[in-house]
Amino acid sequence: MKNNNLKGWLYLLPAIAFLGLFMVYPLIDVLIYSFEEGFNFASQTYFGVGGYNYSYVLHDPYFLSALKNTFILVIITVPLSTLFSLLISVGLSSIQKIRNLFQTIYFLPYVTNTLAVGLVFMILFKQTPYTNGLANLVLGWFGFSPVDFIAGPYWAKMTVLCIYTIWVVMPFKILILTSALASVDEVYYNAAKIDGTSKFRIFTKITLPMISPTMFYLIITGFIGAFKAYSDAVALFGIDLNSAEMNTIVGYIYDMLYGNSGGYPSFASAAAIILFVIVLTITCINLLVSKKHVHY
Amino acid sequence: MVYNYILYIIARERKCGYMKVTLQNLTKVFPAKSKKAKDVIAVNDFDFVIEDGLLIGLLGPSGCGKSTALNLISGLQKPTSGKIFFGDDDVTNLPPENRGVGLVFQNYALYPHLTVLQNITFPLENRKGKDKLTKEVMVEMATEVAKLVQIDTLLDRKPAELSGGQQQRVAIARALVKKPKILLLDEPLSNLDARLRLQTREELRRIQKQTGITTIFVTHDQEEAMSISDMIVVMKEGVLHQIGKPQDVYENPIDLFVAKFLGTPPINVFDGYVKGGQLYIGDESVLDVSSIEDKEVDVAIRPEGFVVDENGRFTCNLNRIEVMGRDISVVASHEKSQNKDIRAIISAENMARLNQATVKFNLKPYKVYIFEKDSGKRIYF
Repeated sequence: MKNNNLKGWLYLLPAIAFLGLFMVYPLIDVLIYSFEEGFNFASQTYFGVGGYNYSYVLHDPYFLSALKNTFILVIITVPLSTLFSLLISVGLSSIQKIRNLFQTIYFLPYVTNTLAVGLVFMILFKQTPYTNGLANLVLGWFGFSPVDFIAGPYWAKMTVLCIYTIWVVMPFKILILTSALASVDEVYYNAAKIDGTSKFRIFTKITLPMISPTMFYLIITGFIGAFKAYSDAVALFGIDLNSAEMNTIVGYIYDMLYGNSGGYPSFASAAAIILFVIVLTITCINLLVSKKHVHY
Repeated sequence: MVYNYILYIIARERKCGYMKVTLQNLTKVFPAKSKKAKDVIAVNDFDFVIEDGLLIGLLGPSGCGKSTALNLISGLQKPTSGKIFFGDDDVTNLPPENRGVGLVFQNYALYPHLTVLQNITFPLENRKGKDKLTKEVMVEMATEVAKLVQIDTLLDRKPAELSGGQQQRVAIARALVKKPKILLLDEPLSNLDARLRLQTREELRRIQKQTGITTIFVTHDQEEAMSISDMIVVMKEGVLHQIGKPQDVYENPIDLFVAKFLGTPPINVFDGYVKGGQLYIGDESVLDVSSIEDKEVDVAIRPEGFVVDENGRFTCNLNRIEVMGRDISVVASHEKSQNKDIRAIISAENMARLNQATVKFNLKPYKVYIFEKDSGKRIYF
């Protein structure tokens, strides 16, 4: 028995060593840094221990702005992207002929580089001395006056960021949802059809509960992914996100470590821990809510 | 006894409301998927009437198109040609929901996320407009059918918490709750273990008699079909072979396929020939068949068609004897037999005479069927 235990641990060793070294140790380290005031990487020194880092971060207007941006992004993009993905997946499942073509088209953004996609969005939305951009052209047809979506008012920039984020995260969700829809046994639909169930009722009473585990997975990973947003904002607004008012929490952490105002690992650590706590809380809430609505 | 009589009265009273089913030249062809493959004719020119209030067994080997026939009646599949009537109404082009059929699927198709009660009320909740029911009425109706199939104590459970037999009752309850004109069951017993299968088929018979609803069920198990059906329909590769009361079909098979398909133990088939009004198997003349002209034939003899007789005309090699209580099963062999073993069921009283290497039989003429070699058609004598 003892022998077996030893063997078991030996088999687990690679995974434990890897995860411990690259996941658990840094996590604990970040927690320690976040309580060490004025930590310096080069000299590995700090002034004292306490909650000052948290207090500073929570009073920093840049952090508060990043917090606000992140929350807006999460609240708008997670439900919308999940809803659109669901609609598109249901649509894809009900067509036969050119389904593969559409599936490929919808999946393209997933294999396209974030920055390349950002460039395309710039062309769509950016105002230059020579052109108002494609979006403004279309809006102009409906009588709207041109808006600078990239360097203009806050809501315009936020709109673009949300559209961009939704567009980027949808392919993965569509892929997962179409396979989930395909895995629902045809026989349930036949049973419902025999009983004269309307299409809408079939969808809400059979399809949705059947794919609820997948929906739940997508919503949780969607929340976590959206809270960690950063590269999308950079792709659209460049690296100076603070002056563009479009910074996110991860962006703030990055700035604190390496940006113009860089060199403050303690503040960065504190911000990272705050983000961790937020994500943990939201995930726990999700888990609690899901118990009622997810059928395995 | 009284209880049974009451059931009979209920059945007779209710019977009037149910439908006879008429199939008219019904054909379903699945087109070939590639150019090399052939079209599959799953149902070929079905033309028969199912009287109302009967329990019909649609019987055939796997892949013979019986499920397709059921799906055509339910409306889940559209026929290539031909018509279906419920009573006097042509329902060929009606979608399934307007046909008023209840269908029990092979794997029951209970919604796993709903409780038993919710599963049963599901069809009722679909009603719209003036047919709409209140929650109380739906629960009452559901409880009523649940009592009929004896699952009224399980209403709060999820399907995963039920045994196979209970799940099947729930499926039947769900099909019955909307008071369908016709109840269709696709391999209703195939997912149950042997003991439960026996029990459930009696149950099925009881429910059918009690409600009087015209019921069509599909099975590949001939014993199952024979034991509970009022009529059986024997089919193979989309072609209807014989339709009739189970005992009639058993005693008067129309061709070799039907003879082989019905009966346990299976019928014994021999290569034989007719010469001068005598039926020969090997060198022995075993039966007088004066009305048949000379030719090669297939001879099929039911296991109960053998009579042990020291002066018998038919000699077989005795392999072993299996005792089954009242009867014994004589396992013999013969060079002209198409099966490896010949099985004869005889009364146990004859056992003492079975002590030699060979056994001699006389044949009961009405248990011997003669078929044409090529077509398998029955030759009557």
